[in-house]
Amino acid sequence: MKLLTHNMLTSHVKGVTKGYPLLIKATEVKVNDVDFNPQFVCRMIPKLEWSALVEAADLLGHRQDLPSELVPDYEKNEDFLKKVHRALLEVEVIEGCLQCPESGREFPISRGIPNMLLNEDEV
Amino acid sequence: MASSCRRPEHSAPPDVFYNEDEAKKYSQNSRMIEIQSQMSERAVELLNLPEGQPCFLLDVGCGSGLSGDHLSEEGHYWVGMDISTAMLDVALDREVEGDLLLGDMGHGMPFRPGTFDGCISISALQWLCNADKRSHSPPRRLYTFFSTLYSSLARGSRAVFQLYPENSEQLELITAQAMRAGFSGGMVVDYPNSSKAKKFFLCLFAGVTGVLPKGLGSETSGRTVPNQVQYSGQRCRFKNMKGKSVKKGRDWILDKKERRRRQGRDVRPDTKYTGRQRRPHF
Repeated sequence: MKLLTHNMLTSHVKGVTKGYPLLIKATEVKVNDVDFNPQFVCRMIPKLEWSALVEAADLLGHRQDLPSELVPDYEKNEDFLKKVHRALLEVEVIEGCLQCPESGREFPISRGIPNMLLNEDEV
Repeated sequence: MASSCRRPEHSAPPDVFYNEDEAKKYSQNSRMIEIQSQMSERAVELLNLPEGQPCFLLDVGCGSGLSGDHLSEEGHYWVGMDISTAMLDVALDREVEGDLLLGDMGHGMPFRPGTFDGCISISALQWLCNADKRSHSPPRRLYTFFSTLYSSLARGSRAVFQLYPENSEQLELITAQAMRAGFSGGMVVDYPNSSKAKKFFLCLFAGVTGVLPKGLGSETSGRTVPNQVQYSGQRCRFKNMKGKSVKKGRDWILDKKERRRRQGRDVRPDTKYTGRQRRPHF
């Protein structure tokens, strides 16, 4: 699970109002090499919940001096874009779980795939 | 076994049907791979994404990642969701570039509003129309899926579903729930007159009313054939007149020739000799 996906994931359990952001409890993290596409990173930045991204990257120990606040005028700042690219697309959680901030319900992650299947009573 | 080949969703729920053996076919059977790739290509075409811009897409029922690979080829980034662990394992072995999720589309999409620039789904939506558990209500699952998908999509984006509808009632159920959820759009049918090549694409617009794209192969027919397929619940049998066989008779011959012309085959023109009674020694 990449951090870009994690930034978009919420808990869709019935009755939960604040299922975002899911807390990552990772036991295995991997860093891959992904081609840098500045256009895509630029487009995705406004869609991100910046604080959730920084928090998640911090938790995994891969924050690598990402600022806590989004810098204005980031389109030209290639250094910054590269850092964001690394955090979003290169850091991957392989084993662990995601915990809902409201209910504490855990979604396990195995082989990099989070299990979002719900039980009968949660639908 | 013949019945499961026709409609696999009648034999088992998707997470059971797509076990390791079935999943292996999706990585080895070249015909299956070719068909899935073609449909993915057409679905991306129908998505009508802006040129040269990498987008963030959702692949519902991504399976072994065949359709996702096509998205990566086009330079897009994607998230795939599937209910079968066996299929997702194949996707991992094939080292797909998209992020995978194990989930049931009938439970709803677990994403923040406005996340995706588009959504595709190849050969998956018909699985939602069957009740696999006693607690399942297909209309409610369809509505849950479509309403959460609608919110997960950015305004102005599209969702394209290639599906195999069983009958017109199923099509109506699906489109009704999609419209209820806020989508606009409709069905695009490619090659409506060929039973082999005919493909259904449900093309939905989120937030904007768009013009429905034209189905392929609909220009070849001489008369105006609507993009919607007229389904009949039963086969149209010619009335058996006076006990004579239905397969003979000039009407039947003319009809058959017209059918073959619509399929694009070479057919002799109709003349006064067509279906004429021949002398007995013929």
